[in-house]
Amino acid sequence: MLRFKIEKTGAPVWLRSLIPVLALLLTFFITSGLIIWGQANPIRAYYYLLIAPLSTRVSALEVLVKSTPLILSGVAVTFAFVAGYYNIGAEGQLYAGAIAAAWLGTVLGGLPPALTIPIMLLGGFIAGALWALPPALLRVKLAVDEVVTTLLLNSVMLFIVSALLNGPWRSPVSGWPQSPEIAPSTMLPKLVPHSRLHLGFVVAVLSVVVLWFVLSRTAFGLKMRAAGLGREAARFAGVNVGRTMLIAALISGGIAGVIGVSEVAGIHFHLIEEISPGYGYTGIIIATLGTLNAWGVAVAALFFGLIDTGAQTLSRAMGVPIYLGEVTQATMLLVTLAMLLLQNYRIRRA
Amino acid sequence: MDIVQMRGITKRFGPVLANDHIDFSLREGEIHALLGENGAGKTTLMRILYGLYRADEGEILVRGWPARINSPKDAIALGIGMVTQHFALVPPLTVAENVVLGFTDGFALDRAAIERKVAEAAERFGLEVDPSAVVRHLSVGQRQRVEILKALYREAQVLILDEPTAVLVPQEIDALFKTLERLRAQGLSVIFITHKLEEVMRISDRVTVLRDGRVIGTVETQKTNERELARMMVGRETFGVHREERAVGEQPVLRVERICANDDQGLPALKEVSLVVHSGEVLGIAGVGGNGQKELAEVLTGMRRPTAGRVVVDGKDMTGATPAEFTAAGVGRIPEDRHAGVVSELTVAENMALEYLEEFTRRGVLDREAIWKHAEELIQRFQIKARPTDRARTLSGGNLQKLILARVLSRDPKVVIASQPTRGLDVGATEYVRQQLLEQRARGAAVLLISEDLDEILALSDRIAVMYEGEIVGMLPAQEADPERLGLMMSGAVKERQEAYAEV
Repeated sequence: MLRFKIEKTGAPVWLRSLIPVLALLLTFFITSGLIIWGQANPIRAYYYLLIAPLSTRVSALEVLVKSTPLILSGVAVTFAFVAGYYNIGAEGQLYAGAIAAAWLGTVLGGLPPALTIPIMLLGGFIAGALWALPPALLRVKLAVDEVVTTLLLNSVMLFIVSALLNGPWRSPVSGWPQSPEIAPSTMLPKLVPHSRLHLGFVVAVLSVVVLWFVLSRTAFGLKMRAAGLGREAARFAGVNVGRTMLIAALISGGIAGVIGVSEVAGIHFHLIEEISPGYGYTGIIIATLGTLNAWGVAVAALFFGLIDTGAQTLSRAMGVPIYLGEVTQATMLLVTLAMLLLQNYRIRRA
Repeated sequence: MDIVQMRGITKRFGPVLANDHIDFSLREGEIHALLGENGAGKTTLMRILYGLYRADEGEILVRGWPARINSPKDAIALGIGMVTQHFALVPPLTVAENVVLGFTDGFALDRAAIERKVAEAAERFGLEVDPSAVVRHLSVGQRQRVEILKALYREAQVLILDEPTAVLVPQEIDALFKTLERLRAQGLSVIFITHKLEEVMRISDRVTVLRDGRVIGTVETQKTNERELARMMVGRETFGVHREERAVGEQPVLRVERICANDDQGLPALKEVSLVVHSGEVLGIAGVGGNGQKELAEVLTGMRRPTAGRVVVDGKDMTGATPAEFTAAGVGRIPEDRHAGVVSELTVAENMALEYLEEFTRRGVLDREAIWKHAEELIQRFQIKARPTDRARTLSGGNLQKLILARVLSRDPKVVIASQPTRGLDVGATEYVRQQLLEQRARGAAVLLISEDLDEILALSDRIAVMYEGEIVGMLPAQEADPERLGLMMSGAVKERQEAYAEV
């Protein structure tokens, strides 16, 4: 009988650099099965999913629109994860920012945009950070697992939003659970006329640059990385791990809050319950796929934006359920994680 | 008659020879102590007998027949049970459930029936436990009893206990010994791993002493004494001390006053420890591992808050200060676990700068050039085989230790706290580290050396303190120290008067 043993050795460099490509191919191979099951041609399906959105200007811009919250969410999650703080609460922090935007948008009407927009962004940041504060304090002071608390607070926030929209903020005009429309001077300006692409995209790109700069060029970034990669060793070397984690958690929550501003003031112009289809959770996937690296996060987010856009085109053109996009994203995560793990091993004949 | 015979057992871990052709035999109905310092190979040998490791060479005979023991399952089938230092109990389950776990027949579990069976067994072996109690609510001593019951329930005729008293309070130890005596009377054979001489004398019929992976001898307990055992356990010749004698400085730089601290479990680990280290002096702390050395080092490096007492560095109260404050006060800290002192996924250069980050930062932005230059300088000065951009985890143990030495000693600290600085290093690296510590002494630093390696303590120290169960049980000038005397103190057999504190 043949016997095999598993050895722990790093994969060669050429294989390492090929891993994203291999992961992509494997993902498509796996999801093709589902498409064939749904009685569609996988090659055509992938054309609609990946190529068609980039073939026209309008849909290409739409990819950027869809990527905006995803980039911000990936950056927000990365800020926390790098410091070893597992913030699963970006979704709730996003809604905290959205509430702030919906409120500020109705009270700042008289001011010029040059003033209102910075206030909106800052307000959303502060709201998100405040919502991230209690679990961060519990984690740092009492060692309460942040994964549980941040996750549970997401549900709490959704109920708060629901209460607001069905109570004081219910639209007096339509009676729908949506807040009053924000003032025009507080809306994020369009980057390209006749498209939905708005200033939020620029903010998202800036957040990537800030993430890169903080992590690789600042003392605080080094402390964050040290705390995340080796908590005890960092503490031994004099890093105040608790404070570092706390600040990272607040920045993370703040950036998640900015997503809320970007969506309310850039796309919807009022608060509704369905403002996020789970951007805060997708950010975790994006941060992971981007290996907690600023550029990696940007690429992963753009790719997810492409798939989100393509899934709509695909379902219109071929009648394939729109969920194929999410299935592809999830499969991609699992395949990539498996490959990142397995690349450290090789099977040999014993 | 020998119930277990181990012949020529050899076990290597990489380059380390943990067991070197060990012969060991256990008679039926005896309590056989396996004595040795940490790392002597006691636990490795017993893990081989219990099927947790496989020997590279040698054979095992059980009741005269060659036995193949590839897993604990095989060992249990042969009637061998082991209680490890870390209990393998499931806390939310009851005692009875834990005892029968993995030893039940059929699918359904009849709670009342198993509790009855376990109660019967407990009664028969004279082990006082409540079968329906939830393990989570039991004390450590009670949990140990459950572990013993578990082994006996599986019809063990040979019981291996790995340092069973390490976690017990004296009353529990008495109870354990009574139990063992009763079980011996019922015909059980016991292997008792320990490094405490007093326990060997009290409970065992025979003793086998291991040192550096080899058997030094097997003796009848009645025909030996603690002195002889201590010599067998640690008795190496002191090797040449290449240390220039010089008068110890007058200046008390590090002063520890009646420090108390708890361990991770919240139990007292340090009991009113007091010491003084002068400039230009190496104070060695000897002792078997787990007697409070780790906690002492942690208190003196800012990693653990003492519950009482004072730490004074150069006249400044540093009690409960943070690691950064210790660094700023001129305390160079060499951690017990190298990997706990270096962030292995960061680069060499980043690790070298981490302790003094303000110096390499301008308005929050890293001065990458300065970090790089600093690293290159230290790499050259301390002969580290690494590039500044290498991740720390790629370094060998010796180079990693040099990285830590470089980070600490390049700052000319007033006090050096070195915890097990040469553990696991090869001869060359060991030599290098010791040389560096002596250079610090020559420079006038106060060096506190905590080590389980007696050779190291004897070679480097001007004065030697011995720790046992969280206390300093003796303090003597290096000239008066010899392995035998230290060995007795380390095993808790002798307490010297602590007159050494009185001075200064």
